[in-house]
Amino acid sequence: MTEQTALSDAPGIGDTGAKPDAAVVRDALGVGVAVGLSGFAFGVTSAGSGLTLAQTCALSLLVFTGASQFALVGALAAGGNPLTAAAGAFFLGVRNAFYGLRLSQLLALPRAVRPFAAQWVIDETTAVALAQPTRRAVRLGFTVTGLTLYVLWNLTTLLGAVGAEAIGDTDAWGLDAAGPAVFLALLAPMLKNTTERVVAALAVLLGLGLLPVLPAGVPVLVAALAAPLVLWARGRRARGAEDDGALRGAVEREDGR
Amino acid sequence: MSVWIAIGVTAVGCYAVKLLGLLVPAGALERPLVRRLAALLPVALLAALTAQQTFADGQELVLDARAAGVAAAAVALLLRAPFLLVVAAAVVVTAGVRAMGG
Repeated sequence: MTEQTALSDAPGIGDTGAKPDAAVVRDALGVGVAVGLSGFAFGVTSAGSGLTLAQTCALSLLVFTGASQFALVGALAAGGNPLTAAAGAFFLGVRNAFYGLRLSQLLALPRAVRPFAAQWVIDETTAVALAQPTRRAVRLGFTVTGLTLYVLWNLTTLLGAVGAEAIGDTDAWGLDAAGPAVFLALLAPMLKNTTERVVAALAVLLGLGLLPVLPAGVPVLVAALAAPLVLWARGRRARGAEDDGALRGAVEREDGR
Repeated sequence: MSVWIAIGVTAVGCYAVKLLGLLVPAGALERPLVRRLAALLPVALLAALTAQQTFADGQELVLDARAAGVAAAAVALLLRAPFLLVVAAAVVVTAGVRAMGG
């Protein structure tokens, strides 16, 4: 919200405050190249999980949101039902709807263009776009990051999958640790306060505790319930405190009479 | 075939939510509870996935070279290493521990 206000109203952002296009492109390329290259890890993991080259590349081309892709191949490799596996991947992708909500205000795209821009609405493009000071810079940052990432992510996915087939046993190379490391790297910046840490801890307990007893893929979905559970518990506590406050207020008023 | 079904469902679902965000009027999803839940959902999923892919072997829990690799990734994250280096640390340490027979 604050960024959006600053974008249109902040004084001094005019000719003098505008960020040069070259600087925006440099930021966007930095993110796009670094993350785009990690498509290699996805290609290797996916091929190592037993997906064909075509399936691996289809995922990067069509799904194009890394966490969901890693989650899907992990669930399929563990022998999960395809719909259970897809559900886990889908829930991870839901956050992109909220990115889109913020981006649509910043980008102000014509309705006809939105279906084409939608595929690029992901963590990295949002991060770069939100950091820009003007609408021109937002659009440039979003486009350059999106294009760089899309091209590189798909190229490196292909290379990774081909490479994995060439080297054979990917586990011997430690490549089965790439998936969880990617998840950890995505998770770490989200653990800012106690609520998030409690949700993460509860999800780990549920995910590991239910693993031996529920069908593959299902424990992750149950672990997702940690989010509404913790929110509900916190809401109850907050309401409880309010009720106490209201009660105390009522008692004090009674006393005052 | 079932893999293609999973890919198809995931692709359609993930594209739909991306487009939804761009199309719905601002404010429709802006209720605080919905926003909080949307922010916390990936935290729960990523935490559970990290733990499972580190310690699960099929439906059994095991402690193997992957745990050392993911621990190395955690250290790299604490040292604010870039994304690729974090993943590389996990892969190299896991391979190393395995090569030593761990």
